[in-house]
Amino acid sequence: MDLAFSNDDLAFRDEVHTFVKAHLPADIAESVRRGRPIAKADIQRWQLILYNRGWAAPGWPVEFGGTGWNATQRYIFDEVMAEFDTPETIPFGLLMVGPLIYTFGTDAQKERFLPKILNGKEWWCQGYSEPGSGSDLASLQTKAVLTGDHYLVNGTKTWNSSAHIADWTFCLVRTSSEGKQQEGISFLLIDMNTPGIEPKPIISIDGAHHLNMTYYTDVKVPVANRIGEENKGWTYAKFLLGHERNSITEVGLSKQRVRRLKSIAEEERTGGKTLLDEPDFAGKLADAEIALTTLEYLSLRFLAEEAAGRPIGAEASMLKIRGTEIRQQLTELTIEALGYYAAPFEMEQMSDRWNEPSIGPDYAAAQMPQYLFSRAATIYGGSNEIQRNIIAKMVLGL
Amino acid sequence: MDMHYRPEDLAFQAEVRQFIQANLPADLADKVRRGLHLDKEDFVFWQKKLNEQGWFAPHWPVALGGVEWNPTQHYLFQNEQVEGCCPPVIPFGVRMVAPVIFTYGSEEQKQRFLPDILDSTAWWCQGYSEPGSGSDLASLQTKAVRDGDDYIVNGTKTWTTLAQYADWIFCLVRTSTEGKPQEGISFLLIDMNSPGIDVTPIITIDGSHEVNSVFFTDVRVPAENLIGQENQGWTYAKFLLLFERSNSLTGSLKQQLHRLRGVARQELTGGAPLCADPAFAARLADYEVQLRSYEFLELRTLGNSRPGAEASYLKIIGTDLQQLASELTLQAVAYYGNPHISDALVHGYNEPSVGPDYAAPAAPQYFNYRKTAIYAGSNEIQRNILSKAVLGM
Amino acid sequence: MDFSLSEEQQLLKDSVQRFVREEYELESRRKLVATDIGYSEDNWAKMAELGWLALPLPEEYGGIGGGAVDTMVLMEEFGRGLVVEPYMSSVIIGGGFLMAGGSEKHKTELLPKLGAGELKLAFGYAERQSRFDLNDVECKAEKSGDGYILNGHKGVVFHAATADKIIVSARTSGGSRDADGITLFLVDNNCNGLSRRDYPTVDGLRASELELDGVAVGADAVLGAVGGGAALMEEVVGQAIAAICAESVGCMDVLQETTNEYLKTRVQFGVPLSKFQVLQHRMVDMFMECEQARSMCYMVTLKIGDEDPVERAKAVSAAKVQIGNSGRYVGQQSVQLHGGMGMTDELHVGHYFKRLTMIDTMFGNKDHHLKRYADL
Repeated sequence: MDLAFSNDDLAFRDEVHTFVKAHLPADIAESVRRGRPIAKADIQRWQLILYNRGWAAPGWPVEFGGTGWNATQRYIFDEVMAEFDTPETIPFGLLMVGPLIYTFGTDAQKERFLPKILNGKEWWCQGYSEPGSGSDLASLQTKAVLTGDHYLVNGTKTWNSSAHIADWTFCLVRTSSEGKQQEGISFLLIDMNTPGIEPKPIISIDGAHHLNMTYYTDVKVPVANRIGEENKGWTYAKFLLGHERNSITEVGLSKQRVRRLKSIAEEERTGGKTLLDEPDFAGKLADAEIALTTLEYLSLRFLAEEAAGRPIGAEASMLKIRGTEIRQQLTELTIEALGYYAAPFEMEQMSDRWNEPSIGPDYAAAQMPQYLFSRAATIYGGSNEIQRNIIAKMVLGL
Repeated sequence: MDMHYRPEDLAFQAEVRQFIQANLPADLADKVRRGLHLDKEDFVFWQKKLNEQGWFAPHWPVALGGVEWNPTQHYLFQNEQVEGCCPPVIPFGVRMVAPVIFTYGSEEQKQRFLPDILDSTAWWCQGYSEPGSGSDLASLQTKAVRDGDDYIVNGTKTWTTLAQYADWIFCLVRTSTEGKPQEGISFLLIDMNSPGIDVTPIITIDGSHEVNSVFFTDVRVPAENLIGQENQGWTYAKFLLLFERSNSLTGSLKQQLHRLRGVARQELTGGAPLCADPAFAARLADYEVQLRSYEFLELRTLGNSRPGAEASYLKIIGTDLQQLASELTLQAVAYYGNPHISDALVHGYNEPSVGPDYAAPAAPQYFNYRKTAIYAGSNEIQRNILSKAVLGM
Repeated sequence: MDFSLSEEQQLLKDSVQRFVREEYELESRRKLVATDIGYSEDNWAKMAELGWLALPLPEEYGGIGGGAVDTMVLMEEFGRGLVVEPYMSSVIIGGGFLMAGGSEKHKTELLPKLGAGELKLAFGYAERQSRFDLNDVECKAEKSGDGYILNGHKGVVFHAATADKIIVSARTSGGSRDADGITLFLVDNNCNGLSRRDYPTVDGLRASELELDGVAVGADAVLGAVGGGAALMEEVVGQAIAAICAESVGCMDVLQETTNEYLKTRVQFGVPLSKFQVLQHRMVDMFMECEQARSMCYMVTLKIGDEDPVERAKAVSAAKVQIGNSGRYVGQQSVQLHGGMGMTDELHVGHYFKRLTMIDTMFGNKDHHLKRYADL
């Protein structure tokens, strides 16, 4: 057992540090610092910078354009990214469908899709949930009927993040109603520009448009866009859920949040001193930091296991549960730190086009929307209740 | 809506207070205040005093020895008892089996049992749980088979509180295995001196002997000791469970808080009293706020003549608070929660205490109070009741 | 980065597991706790024989030269067995002080005996007013000739009755809560002026109240620099906290495993309790607490040797907070899910619960370490 970094590791750390410091665009960093939503173009800009350096997909195998880093290097990379105000990775392409395609896809699919996921040119979204299928995902009803060399897709998907700005979606569709529910599901990659697809905005409690309801009416999808075998989609989806659980830990993002929260608490005052010096608040902050450190070491243990060739099973659900709980703990604490200035709600303030002086401190505007949207974290990606069911069954044998 | 006590309520409160001052010996009050072990005699002494005043069974019908108090007066009476550090009334006779007897019992049963309960000559205990029947009480297996004028009882009851003192036990027994488990249960009153009854202590994690296993081997019980009808025992038991859950806890919670505040004033940290430490002060304040909210919840339910589902949430919240106060007290005494001298909890222990004298009961009480979320229908079962009965789930 | 055990560590783990299995059935433990000294001298001799008492001691003084991870492996298994021998007091803390502050003479004379089981040590630091502040010391040491005269009180000194020597913190200068001016003294247990009141503790260990009334010691009784005891205590207590985290993880795992098994076998309402979702989720939360506690136990074990004192102190406090939270949850819920059985002295659950509860108090509870972390 040891945590020590080798000289090579330390050199690598310096290399990443120097690179990010030199190349992270100041305007993007400023938006991240203030908690504003980051525009698609800005995320793509940063993604391309990383891509050109060869660092677009730290977790992918080298042969598909990944870095081939070991667990320690990946940890160091995430650490450094968290030290700066880098925008968060949008998971759908890089962390979700990408690994699925290189694991289960055909060569043609790999060639067609992977490069544009890596360089950020193509934007993906996820088509899983339906109005009637939330926690009980396997009950999904969107139908795909094979007609010659294509499927005809009809149905409705919901809670689709970024569907309105996405180029592609990966969808679970029903191709059979025989046998168990799980056995009639297939996994399709669908071009969002295909006629018959219509995303409609769902405005969430933070007042923003992240989510969509997407309607499919006689949408033609080439059979070549099916991943793996027909009716085996559930297997691929489960694989992917595992990946999502790992990435959803968000240790790096939460570290950024802690850093921001501390700087806010240094500015805010109570009883003539800074909030950071107020024992009760300092205690809560310490509590959150310790929880985050705990999560970090939990995920490091898993990372080390995986690196040693022992894949993590359903235990990974813990990372999702704790990661999202901590995210909520931090966004809530941030609201608490702001006091009254959590209340002003001027959507325009959150864009970089806002030229008026800010209402209250400049860091305040984006925090309430972040808090509100963070409530979704314990619901999406398999709600935390579902994650507990998974652990109870798969790990504890209950 | 009016939150104020009326003048007659306040006069009543003063009367109760005065009675306690005049009748409760200082050393007994001190034992209660310090959380020391009480003997059977301590309980009986105080119950007899209350009975002499006519206040031992205030919730009974007046004709049988009860008092015509309004709900506020009942409430004030209970809480004054606690604040005055009176020994708690042992509920099994007066609060539990007695209402069953006067509601469902025969005239003979009333005459035979109620007077002894009233003047505390008979000590009762409760025979419900069994080794295999905890939360699922209706699955109980202790058998009573009719044999002439008697039932012959065989089986094991467990978690029987203070059975070592008891003269009588009220038992749920199985008289039929037909139909639903609930439909084959009868309610029997059994003399603890009957041949074939064997009481074995269960020592709990705090080191105390409060609960017991009671073994029944061919115990003959006269059929006249059956309450109501055979196989209808579950109905009486449900009636009684509501009473068990409907004790007011506000008074005892306030007493715990009072003790805790005293400890926090005397313990030091960084040269200042613990109660001035921001983190501990915040915990204390948080506890007090929860206690107030509980008190008002209790007060809101006062007007309801029959305890219903609210008994379940009062039990959950009340026992949570009991546990929390005991935990905070243990935290407050810091290292002096460690020493464990069992005699230190017995009145008359003459050695100087290890550390401050309030420290000795802190850990035992914390460990002992874990039971509160388990007994009388665990808090999980209470939540089941609420989700079904109140939320319609 | 590596969280796996070496082959030697795995062997050590196996051997402690075997010891616990053979010697620490709940009934055997109950008997040990009821004896005069509260543990077994035979077990102690066996621990010496197996090299465990010498495990963290340096090789040049007859030790094995093990590191923090070895201690963690051993303590976790001790936690699983609720071992009552004074390993923590004597080897980890006592040995820790000798290694960190002892003179060459101390080390040469005492460490080999400690490792051989011929010497036992204890550490008296708490005082009535001190709460968890190691630097709140009123016990006084006044210079007298070449040596010192000690006067004062030490409370809840674990395993003092069976120790040959007791390490005592006393003030040689400064005000009662100053970090500067505390000195550590090695005091003979049978010396003049030292009186003890011995008693059992709620978790089955032994402790004592010490009164020092004109205890005379020589200059050679001083451990470390005169007046420099605070830093020494912080270092050694940090190591002790890392070790107690491991013990705690062992306790929690036993409770988690036992409770899980109980839920699967205990039938109520015609089904095993494990079929109720509300209990499943409670069990999952217990499991997560165990895994989180283990993660922080690894963290503090691997960082306890860190050169940066702030980094080290943060690691110690963060781990102690997590262990406190987890131990509380796992302990309380194990009792709750066992129902009445969890309340009985007969079942092992309550004993683990009591140990976890008292571990939170050892060297500062959650509140104390949360504040310390925030202040760092």
